[in-house]
Amino acid sequence: MQADNKLLKDLTPEIENTSYRWYAVFFIFLVFFAIGIYGLIQQIDKGHIVTGMRDNVVWGFYIVNFIFFMGLSYSGALISGVLHLFGTQWRKPIIRMAELITVISLVIGPFFIFFCIGRLDRLYFLFIYPRIQSPITWDVIAIMTDLVGCFIYLYLSFIEDFAILRDYADLNVPEWKKKLYRILSLGFTGTEKQLKILGNARTIMSAMIIAIAIIVYSVLAWIFGVTLQPGWHSTIFGPYFVIAAVYSGTGLLIILMWIFRKIYHLEEYITRRHFVNVGVLLTVIAAFYGYFTFSDYLTKWYGSIKMDSILIDKLFTEYYSLFIFANYIGILLPGIIIAFPKFRTIPNITVAAAIALLALWVNRYIIVIPTLETPFLPIQDTRPAWINYAPTWVEWALTIAGVSIFAMLFMLISKIAPIISISEMQEKDKEEILH
Amino acid sequence: MKEKEDNENAHSSRRSFLRKMGIGAGAVTLAGIGATSLVKSNESGSQSGTTIKLLTTDGQLVEVDKNDIRPAKELLAEKKSEARAGLPNRKFAMVIDLARCKNARKCVEACQEGHKLPKDHEWMKLYLLQDDEHTAKYWFPRPCFHCDKPMCVSVCPVGATFKRQDGIVLVDNQRCIGCKFCMTGCPFSARVFNWKDPEVRLEEGQIYDPETNIPAVEGTVGKCVFCADNLRRNELPRCVTACPMGVIFFGDLMEDTVTNGNETFRFSKLMYDRAGYRFREELGTLPSVYYLPPTQRMFPVERGLDDADENIKGRYKSAGPR
Repeated sequence: MQADNKLLKDLTPEIENTSYRWYAVFFIFLVFFAIGIYGLIQQIDKGHIVTGMRDNVVWGFYIVNFIFFMGLSYSGALISGVLHLFGTQWRKPIIRMAELITVISLVIGPFFIFFCIGRLDRLYFLFIYPRIQSPITWDVIAIMTDLVGCFIYLYLSFIEDFAILRDYADLNVPEWKKKLYRILSLGFTGTEKQLKILGNARTIMSAMIIAIAIIVYSVLAWIFGVTLQPGWHSTIFGPYFVIAAVYSGTGLLIILMWIFRKIYHLEEYITRRHFVNVGVLLTVIAAFYGYFTFSDYLTKWYGSIKMDSILIDKLFTEYYSLFIFANYIGILLPGIIIAFPKFRTIPNITVAAAIALLALWVNRYIIVIPTLETPFLPIQDTRPAWINYAPTWVEWALTIAGVSIFAMLFMLISKIAPIISISEMQEKDKEEILH
Repeated sequence: MKEKEDNENAHSSRRSFLRKMGIGAGAVTLAGIGATSLVKSNESGSQSGTTIKLLTTDGQLVEVDKNDIRPAKELLAEKKSEARAGLPNRKFAMVIDLARCKNARKCVEACQEGHKLPKDHEWMKLYLLQDDEHTAKYWFPRPCFHCDKPMCVSVCPVGATFKRQDGIVLVDNQRCIGCKFCMTGCPFSARVFNWKDPEVRLEEGQIYDPETNIPAVEGTVGKCVFCADNLRRNELPRCVTACPMGVIFFGDLMEDTVTNGNETFRFSKLMYDRAGYRFREELGTLPSVYYLPPTQRMFPVERGLDDADENIKGRYKSAGPR
């Protein structure tokens, strides 16, 4: 299979050469990652006492990060899956990124559960003594299914590109990479029959990963929803978590579009139109997400149930600034920026996405922690850590390590595969895709 | 003969219960223990042809060849499956009389000592509660409620925490993976986590028994076990016997009897007379622990702080209506 030479060079900036900048950035992330590993070793050695979690707040940063990373995986399912199903043309330059976000965040997310459990050495008990009544077992099944599904979906979109790279004679790469492309392209030559099979497979998978993604995140929400805890025991939690996840995934996609466009000079391929389109999508999701947030807190606030009142009081006193940031600024500001056409510049949309992403992490935090600080029986203790949760350096280090490994995996994949799908870009009408 | 006496008493379950609990003076005459006087070592393994009728701990009359009788070991769950199954034909319950409690904390101390807990682990916890600003404060001892619909058991992904046939909810800390889902599931904050190595080890020859939950293991969950090991030996839980005020009553709902070691009540009548209730009935977890409201209390609430040290006093500084 042949591809336009310029297109190939532009979309695979890191495959042939590795820039000094690449090494430098990778090294910085590696250092952060190493600090996280050191923190993890401390935690395994000394026990969970090195974290800020104690008997009342038994879940902290780790669970927040777990939900957050799992939520990011929605960008692939929704942006790529939905846009594929509807045959939207402008999606083509950005779906590869969306799918990569999905798979990478799906791989990282569960590690935060591993950090959170007290006996990592007994993790396999989940498989040898599973109990189907437990939402954690549902989650194990759902996440594994999602991982397999998303890997297949991502790989299907890679096959054509690997075939192009395999057949590109002038590609100046080591022999092992050429061999890798030969194996991974599965003998794809672009015959009509092959294209039809591949096309069908991708359509089926895009529908499936949408369904699987909704199940995964609902199950995750039910881990909280099925308990009796004030603030968690909510029927709205399944759909609320799903929409929140789409919100964060879309936000991250915009940020990555901006980063890759900047460092790899992809201005020609990722244009303002893509930012505006994904931005509008973000605004629409913000409206839904804001609506869910509002109904959840309104019903708790309006009623007189004692535990709900105590929780709402806490949110509006101790957690006031976080609450305002997460649930007002984080929802309204991105909407306002993108809703007015004159604000719709690429930097503005990126800033809006960054606010949305950060606010969503904080939203997770104020769902998990304040509830655990307001148990049915009041906390009567003199130990500060038992009353209020405060993360320690270990939890911060592992959180930053999670972000670092996310970036590192992205950088490593850019060494092997195109960040924008070549095969999609050379198809059909370029005008429609880009402008 | 002792066997005969046991046989007769088997029909009177209430009396049998009281005696098993060690109340009737000198009446610890369980067949298994009483028969030890008959024991002769039987090295040849032959049958004597003489059988003896014995009453087992679950109340069944059985016949055993005289030569097959061996001295009973201490009544402990020998296998984990035994500890998981629980005692047959029992339904244990606790009644806590809030009118008598004055925060003496003897229950907490006895529990910590009996289960080799670190000082900052309290399976039994004492709260100072006040429901509303117009209502009075009261001391509220809180063990694990051993609910009949336990959220902790439902959410456990590996079956480390389980409900037994006698109503007791236990944790097998050799199975627990430390996900802490049970801790967020329990609405009564009854569970504690071993954030660091508790540095309790098994003694030589001792096996881990979920009925005592000794030794605690780092990264796993612990909680009140209703002293299931004591119950197997027909003794009252440690908190019950340690309480100087007789606040805590324990018994078997099958026998409709509860006792604090000195006084014994018919459970249903006590509930009726004193308007017993369960904490947060509306959550529907069906606790096995009942409370008697603090009416006509024996001590003013403030007495509970008289002998307390600064740390304990500090806990209750902010206690107020909620």
